[in-house]
Amino acid sequence: MVRVYGNDFAPQDAEPARPAAPAEIEPGLEDFWRIVGADGRIEPRDAMPEDYRRSLVRQIAQHAHSEIIGMQPEGNWIGRAPSLRRKAILMAKVQDEAGHGLYLYAAAETLGVDRADLLDLLHSGRQKYSSIFNYPTLTWADIGAIGWLVDGAAIVNQVPLCRCSYGPYARAMIRVCKEESFHQRQGFEALNTLSHGTPEQRAMAQDAVDRWWWPSLMMFGPHDAESTHSEKSMAWGVKRFSNDDLRQRFVDMTVPQSEALGLTLPDPDLRWNEERGHYDFGEIDFTELFEVIKGNGPCNKQRMAHRRGAHEDGAWAREAATAYAEKQAARKEGSAA
Amino acid sequence: MSDRRSWPLFEVFVRSRRGLSHVHVGSLHAPDAEMALRNARDLYTRRQEGVSLWVVEASQITASSPEEKDSFFDPAGDKIYRHPTFYDIPEGVEHL
Amino acid sequence: MNTRDYALSLGDDALVAAQRMGEWIAAAPQIEEDVAVGNIALDLLGQARSLLTYAGSLEDPVRTEDDLAYWRDEREFHNVHLVERSWGVLPERPRDFGVLVARLLVLSTYLCELYDRLSTSTDETLAAVAAKAVKEVDYHRDHATLWVLRLGDGTEESHTRMQAALDAEWPYVAELFDDAWVDPTLVERGVAVLPSTLRDPFDLRIVDVLARATLHLPDVAAAVGGGRRGVHTEQMGYVLAEMQHLTRSHPGATW
Repeated sequence: MVRVYGNDFAPQDAEPARPAAPAEIEPGLEDFWRIVGADGRIEPRDAMPEDYRRSLVRQIAQHAHSEIIGMQPEGNWIGRAPSLRRKAILMAKVQDEAGHGLYLYAAAETLGVDRADLLDLLHSGRQKYSSIFNYPTLTWADIGAIGWLVDGAAIVNQVPLCRCSYGPYARAMIRVCKEESFHQRQGFEALNTLSHGTPEQRAMAQDAVDRWWWPSLMMFGPHDAESTHSEKSMAWGVKRFSNDDLRQRFVDMTVPQSEALGLTLPDPDLRWNEERGHYDFGEIDFTELFEVIKGNGPCNKQRMAHRRGAHEDGAWAREAATAYAEKQAARKEGSAA
Repeated sequence: MSDRRSWPLFEVFVRSRRGLSHVHVGSLHAPDAEMALRNARDLYTRRQEGVSLWVVEASQITASSPEEKDSFFDPAGDKIYRHPTFYDIPEGVEHL
Repeated sequence: MNTRDYALSLGDDALVAAQRMGEWIAAAPQIEEDVAVGNIALDLLGQARSLLTYAGSLEDPVRTEDDLAYWRDEREFHNVHLVERSWGVLPERPRDFGVLVARLLVLSTYLCELYDRLSTSTDETLAAVAAKAVKEVDYHRDHATLWVLRLGDGTEESHTRMQAALDAEWPYVAELFDDAWVDPTLVERGVAVLPSTLRDPFDLRIVDVLARATLHLPDVAAAVGGGRRGVHTEQMGYVLAEMQHLTRSHPGATW
């Protein structure tokens, strides 16, 4: 049996990037660079470069937003799950995503921001979430494909973050990654059942893989040469591997799994390269991705409208709870006096 | 107005099993401690991770600051007699 | 009516309640509440699966939980109307958190009393299912109570909305305590609980919570029921259409 689930991320030849201090260290940041250089963890009240803090807030918030928006495409199928067992699994999974969002917002808040402000930034479109969730889930097989491919890609991206230099983020990611591996397994299993089921189920599975494969590859971001944030992130010990290294790792991991499923990946250029010891794959067409990022994806408007709607519809209940807490506190004070 | 629209932050501590201390696991927002405890149960012990929970409003925690680190923690650094490996035990003596 | 019918009706209540509750995931007022509602829906779904599996096992030939959930038509479902209704009070507000809280309070308070009594049923399987479920619904009641207090005694707006939600749910409470569908011999044999005997403890609990929440017991007439006879509201058809369509489009497939 091929090793289907490799959470123990140890790329054979891609060496992790070493954090690197600049030639001239700003006064007061000596400890920061010493700790980062020694692969230690920065904790919330430590001195840190302002752009380190800002960049982490942006990255962690975007990650949290992705978990929260990511509840929608899968939540779309809870009502229609084809067996009660699948319904329970899917409910638990979508619930986990809410949990992951909360772990991550908690990590971001250690950097001195408030979750309410981050949600405002999401709702007003000033902070982004992963574009993958702007694609629609059209059939039940999409649920399997998301678990297998999208969660699979997320794990490859996220496992190195368990060792990132910011302690609260690293700890949140450890929790997230543990639970994500359950998601990937259930996705693979759901898809495997379809691909070995009736001809209609098999066609449904292949169609889902055809639609989700390329967007999954795009989850790793642009090619290294065009990646704007990468270099600094690596010097800070936040990012450990380049986009292209991680993408290659994902492809290498996934191709044998697709064979076990008996499904084909929609790339005529995909083949084993003996010399490189990796799979070669075709050129990614990023033009669509950039359209989706700009807001022109199939579901951008729908996802945001749903998220804003839930937030606004719930305002009265949140305010009520605050008012009640204040009344209770006042009553307590009154009876104590 | 911002304190009005946002629920306070609570830090969550979980005792994963009897015999162990409560350990900080993360935080959440809740209107009050009663709700915070329920939310903590739902969020941080979904997979039976705990047998006991504490929630503390984050604003109630007084923390040492990194600048105080030297005076706070370094003095303990040379008190190696607090650590069991400080003491030489003759070979063959067990259960110590 | 036999043990199978009894288990099936209770299972249908839990199943349809869970199906409706699932609509709240990713739509609650706060992300923490999404997680809480998810837990409650999962508990109800778990209860449904146990009860349907048991009901199906008493048939000849045996039917699975999925046979019963996906391949029965509307008239063969025996759940009460309370659990099948949509979440709105007003048409312009199709999903109202107050309605969720009101329904959860009513349903979990009823289920607490029911499962508590059923945990000593002479039917071992029903007793075991109920003994596990009673702990779950006790937590649901606790959660609902906390929210009823906050919405009832929160702001003026929340007080009005919570009362309106209660008023909207209340006509469907009476059906929970209707004895007509339960075979007296099942009660005599100690298998089933006579629903009307749960009404007093239910009222005591509810009156206490509502008083603390500065709300009043709705003074509205009971709706004409029929769920136990398989006569449902118009909304039930849509619940089943959503739940069953994929499975029914692929007869014989496994998932």
